[in-house]
Order: sequence, then C-alpha cells, then structure tokens
Amino acid sequence: MRFRLALRDAAVTGLVAAGLFLPMVALRTDVAPNGALFLRTRWSDAAILITLAALARFVLVLWLGRRIPVASTASPWWEEPLRRAGKLLTPLLLGVAVMLPFIPGTGRYELDLGVLVLTYVMLGWGLNIVVGLAGLLDLGYVAFYAVGAYSYALLAHAFGLSFWICLPLAGILAGFWGVLLGFPVLRLRGDYLAIVTLAFGEIIRVVLVNWVSLTNGPNGMSGIPRPSFFGLPFNMSGEPDTFAGFFGLEPSPLHRVIFLYYLILGLALLTNWVSIRLRRQPLGRAWEALREDEIACRALGINITTTKLTAFALGAMFGGFAGAFFATRQGFISPESFTFIESAIILAIVVLGGMGSQIGIALAALIMIGGFEVFRGLEEWRMLVFGAAMVVIMVLRPRGLVSSRTPTVALGKRKAISGSLVGEGHG
Amino acid sequence: MSPSDGRNAEGRGELNRPGQTTSPSDGRSAAVSRPILSVEELTMRFGGLVAVDDVSFTAETNDITAIIGPNGAGKTTLFNCITGFYRPSAGAITLHGPLGEAALHRLAGHRIARAGVARTFQNIRLFQGMTVLENLLVAQHNRLMAATGLGIGAVLGLSRYPAAEREAIERARHWLDATALLERADDPAGALPYGAQRRLEIARAMCTEPALLCLDEPAAGLNPRESDELSMLLRQIRDGGCSILLIEHDMSVVMGISDRIVVLDHGRKIADAVPSAIRADARVIAAYLGEGDEGE
Repeated sequence: MRFRLALRDAAVTGLVAAGLFLPMVALRTDVAPNGALFLRTRWSDAAILITLAALARFVLVLWLGRRIPVASTASPWWEEPLRRAGKLLTPLLLGVAVMLPFIPGTGRYELDLGVLVLTYVMLGWGLNIVVGLAGLLDLGYVAFYAVGAYSYALLAHAFGLSFWICLPLAGILAGFWGVLLGFPVLRLRGDYLAIVTLAFGEIIRVVLVNWVSLTNGPNGMSGIPRPSFFGLPFNMSGEPDTFAGFFGLEPSPLHRVIFLYYLILGLALLTNWVSIRLRRQPLGRAWEALREDEIACRALGINITTTKLTAFALGAMFGGFAGAFFATRQGFISPESFTFIESAIILAIVVLGGMGSQIGIALAALIMIGGFEVFRGLEEWRMLVFGAAMVVIMVLRPRGLVSSRTPTVALGKRKAISGSLVGEGHG
Repeated sequence: MSPSDGRNAEGRGELNRPGQTTSPSDGRSAAVSRPILSVEELTMRFGGLVAVDDVSFTAETNDITAIIGPNGAGKTTLFNCITGFYRPSAGAITLHGPLGEAALHRLAGHRIARAGVARTFQNIRLFQGMTVLENLLVAQHNRLMAATGLGIGAVLGLSRYPAAEREAIERARHWLDATALLERADDPAGALPYGAQRRLEIARAMCTEPALLCLDEPAAGLNPRESDELSMLLRQIRDGGCSILLIEHDMSVVMGISDRIVVLDHGRKIADAVPSAIRADARVIAAYLGEGDEGE
C-alpha cells in the first residue's frame, strides 16, 4: 500500500523536477571561442537530478509515510537543553570569539571570515532593536550602513579626521537619518511601512550613485584611511612610530587584520550591551509594549512618536557604526555594496535568529554568513543548498531559532515566554 | 495640541497623592460635590452618522458614574472622545484633575493619560507576550522614564533608576495583591484566564495613578461570582480616592455600585440620576431596561 503511494509520489516528484531542471539545467547558452552563442545541452546532468529527486521522495514516503512537517512555535525538544546549555553557550561563543586570533590554525582567511560574520552579527543586533523589539518592519536598513560608510569616507577625505573621531560622527549622522526616516513612517503599519523603508534604502543608494561631485558616483570612493592603533599606523616599514615598531614586533600584515577583528568584536559587543541594558529599561519595555499593542500604549500615556523614533535612531546609529567600520576595513566603498540584498540578508538574520533574541541572532549570522562560506565548495549549487536550508528552517521553526522571550523583570523566577504568545508587531 | 494644557499635565506622577486633591483652579470650596469630569454639549459625527449628539453631564469626584444604554447608543464613542482616541466634532470635555483643569478634547492621546485619565478596553488589550509584572511596569513608563535621565543615565548605570524601579515594583505588587494576581506575576499576560485578564487590565490602568478611571464593560464575560468580586474591587478603588466612569451592561453591577447613572439612547442623553430614580424612569425602561425587569 505504502509502496504504491511512494511510487506514485516519486513519479509526481520526478515530473515536477523535470519541469524545473529541463529548462534550467539541461539547456544552457554558452559563448563559443569565436564569440557566437550556442546552445549546450546537458541531458545527463538533468537526468541525474530528476532521478535523485524522485528517489529521495520515494525513500522518504516509504520511510515516513506522507507526513507533513508540522510548523511549531512551541519549544522544541532541543530548546530546553539549549537554554540550559545557553548559559554555557554564550560564554563559550564569546570565549571563542575573543581567542580566535590566537587559536592555532587561524590564518588570514579565518580572521577575514570572522570579521565578516561579526559585521553581520552587529548589523543584526542593530536591526533587532527596530524589528525585533519595536516590531517595525524595516526593509531599508542598509541605508544607514551606507550613511555610516560614506560619512566616514567623506569626513576623512574632506577634513582629514581620524577614524576614532569619525566613528561617533558616523553613528550620529546615521541616527539622524534614522529620525528623518522615522517621521514620515510613524503613521504607517505593516506592508506600508515595509514599502516606504524599502524605498528609503533605494533612495539613499540612488543618491549615492548620482551625486557624482560628492560621492564619485558609481566609481566609488577609494583611498579611505585605514584605522590606526591610537595614532600608530599599521605598516610594514617597522619604523618606531608604527604599531610593530612601537611594540617591538616583527612587522606583519596580520596585525591590522587582528586589530580590525577586535575592533568589530568590540563594536558588536557594545551593540549587544546597549540592547540588553535598554531592554531592561522603561524605554526597551515601551518598545516591546509597542510591538504588542500600540493602542494600549497610548492609553497608558506612552508617547508613541518619540518611542518609535528612538528605536529608529538607535538602530540606525549602530548601522552607522558598522558602516564606518566597513569603510575603514575595505579602504574602498561604492554604492554596489549597499544594495537591497544586504538589507534582505540582515533582515533574514534577525528573522531566522528569532526576533528579539540576542544569542539567536548571533547564531543565525554565524549560520547564514559562515555557512554560506562553508558551502563554497559546492560552487553553483551553493545557492540551491542554502535556499533549501532556509526553507526547511522556516517551515519547522516559523518564529526563528530561539522563539521564546525572556522576561525583563520578575518577582520570583524568570520563566521563558512561548513564542506563540509574543506579538510580531504590525509595522 | 495646546501647549499650556500639556505643561499642566507634565510631571503629575510626582504630585498625585490620593490625599492631595485640592484643585487651585476650582472656584468652589472642596465641599461634598466637586466635579472630576465635565462633558459639555459633546457631539461626535462620523460622516452623516451622529454617534453622540449634544451630550452634557458631570461626574463627581470620588463617585462611580455609570453610563448605560442599548447597543449602539454611543457609549464607547463617548469613552473614546474622553480618552482621546477620537477628536470630538463639537463640545468640550474638561478634567478637573489634581493638577488643575485639562481640556481633554484638545490634548493629544498620550497626554490625556498623563493628565490623569486611565482606561480599559471592551476587548481586552494587554501586552500578551509580556509578563503580568512587565505589563504593570509599562504602565508606569513615564514616571520610570523620568528617573532614567533620558535613558542614557540608566544604560550607564548612573542614575536613581534602581530605586525608582523598586518603587514601581512595590506599586505593582500592591495592585497585584488588590486584584488577586500576585502568584501569577511572572506568567505571560496572554496565558491568564479571561477573568484574570480583565482584572489585570484594571490593575494596569491603576498603576498610572489616575484621577479618573474609565472602564469599558469590565464585567463582560464574567460569571456572577467574578462580577461580585469586580464590584468589591471597584468600590475599593473609589474609596482609595479615584473616581470611576463605567460602561456596563450587567445591571446587577451597575445598580449595586453606581452613585449616579447616565443613560444614553441613539446618541442622546435620556436620563441622568441616582440608581433608584433610573429604575423608575419610564423612558429608560422603554429604551433599555425593558418592562418587567424591575425586580432585577
């Protein structure tokens, strides 16, 4: 009985797979050596894929029957052990993060990957203030990242200010733009809010592309000053007024990478610290209350305007910090780096991690950015595997990896609140 | 909207103590009857529909004033005007609060709450994913926020915030005790049974330390025992120095605890008297109470 069911399902799956893979894999236009286009056919590749899909479905149905995976916001079996391990996991992750440059076998590649992951952890934590805590769906977060990066580049170019002066300025400017975005969208909710923030992100990018006299347009800005260690530059000369010379070290290009790594680790931890502190403050509680019920907030005398604006401003400020860091790390920025896909990735990290959960977001950034690198060996299948993994996670855990909410205050023992009770915000 | 009114309302959290109810702008001496709220010629139109039509009444300090009427009589609309969710088409609403008079029809929504008006909702609006205690702390947002020094001081740990929070938790504990919710303090509000959610909403409103508490059908969906407990709680709140404005359909609650009853029908006021007089009023019986319900 089940065998026949499995056979039929496998046939259907094979048909669907054929519909997908025949046009996408089997037929491909390529450029011949003489420059002409020609159609290359890869029937065998497509046949293998279709067979694999059908076979996998056959085995799955034979093994489990036709069971539909159940979405759940309830605590899964691994969440309770994870929470207990979480007390261990957080210091463990932090310890690994702090010690990474000194762990044997860590080279340039690992450090660069670490910097990249930490940048996204920081962006995720910054966006979490807006999306996770205040429940305002922001699809244009990358705009603040861009404002921060360009603020640093322009200030350093025009006034020769150092990184350490530009960093807070970049944060303040991004926060200011956050407030500017906040004002028009205060009355918008849900889909409308998402569309306007999306448009805002695009506006910033288009301005950067077209204001050639200021930003050098699509060619980007190069020669952005690299960060110095409190005035000691990193270079290979070994002079006494360089980092290596001052501390009597062998000059090495790794010094700067390690410094950048600790810089972004510090910035990310600052974001985390401020978020955690604020969550236990009236302001953070008001953000969460706003996500739960805006009308009730108003009836309790909470000024919704300023509460929303502070969320936008703070989230944007951390985006600006991350942007300034990005500019100084790359030494070159162009509008290419601030496209919508960046906003989407950051939002995906927040949603995947579980809105409002700090550790969840850190894990999600590690999975999304780090995992993306791990799959590099799969070459062109990377996106496919990655997309499939995302779909599976969101089917099984629609509220993210850590869906429960920890209360900010308690008379007795703090009990985690199930994700099914926690609001997602209406905009 | 009016800056002077707004300034009156600022910082009232510090000054509002139950005993201290002398109002400087109130011309009359603090005699037996002193209005807390006066509604004058209030009209609310939605397009062509007149939901509230030229209604005037006053609610006295330390009274429970009930507003009753059939469905669609305009009770909740009147409430929404008083609590700032609607801006009235015409008329004036004045709160004679502990900090002087506030023209509620001109204040922004959140300023009305700061002026001393708290409300509950017909369909309960709690912060479901937050604990009972957190709900009560959010209600004390303005007082706590003032203690954090714009939020920055508290992040750095440099302020009088911890003391303010302890005080806020004590106030929350007092109202949890009064509403018999103390042992549920650390549970999410959304997980409470219906009756407890109703009580929590009242406790949350009381944590704002209002001069006037507006309750929109607090007894809806409660069983008789819970209704009796609610009546006791409301009396206790009134005796603590807070005036109450109440919309209710449960006549046993209304007749049992009200000091005065205002009856609305089709947006107009048809009666305004003490409960015994309302029971005997022919127009009220025709419009709302119905024949033969005298003995209720």
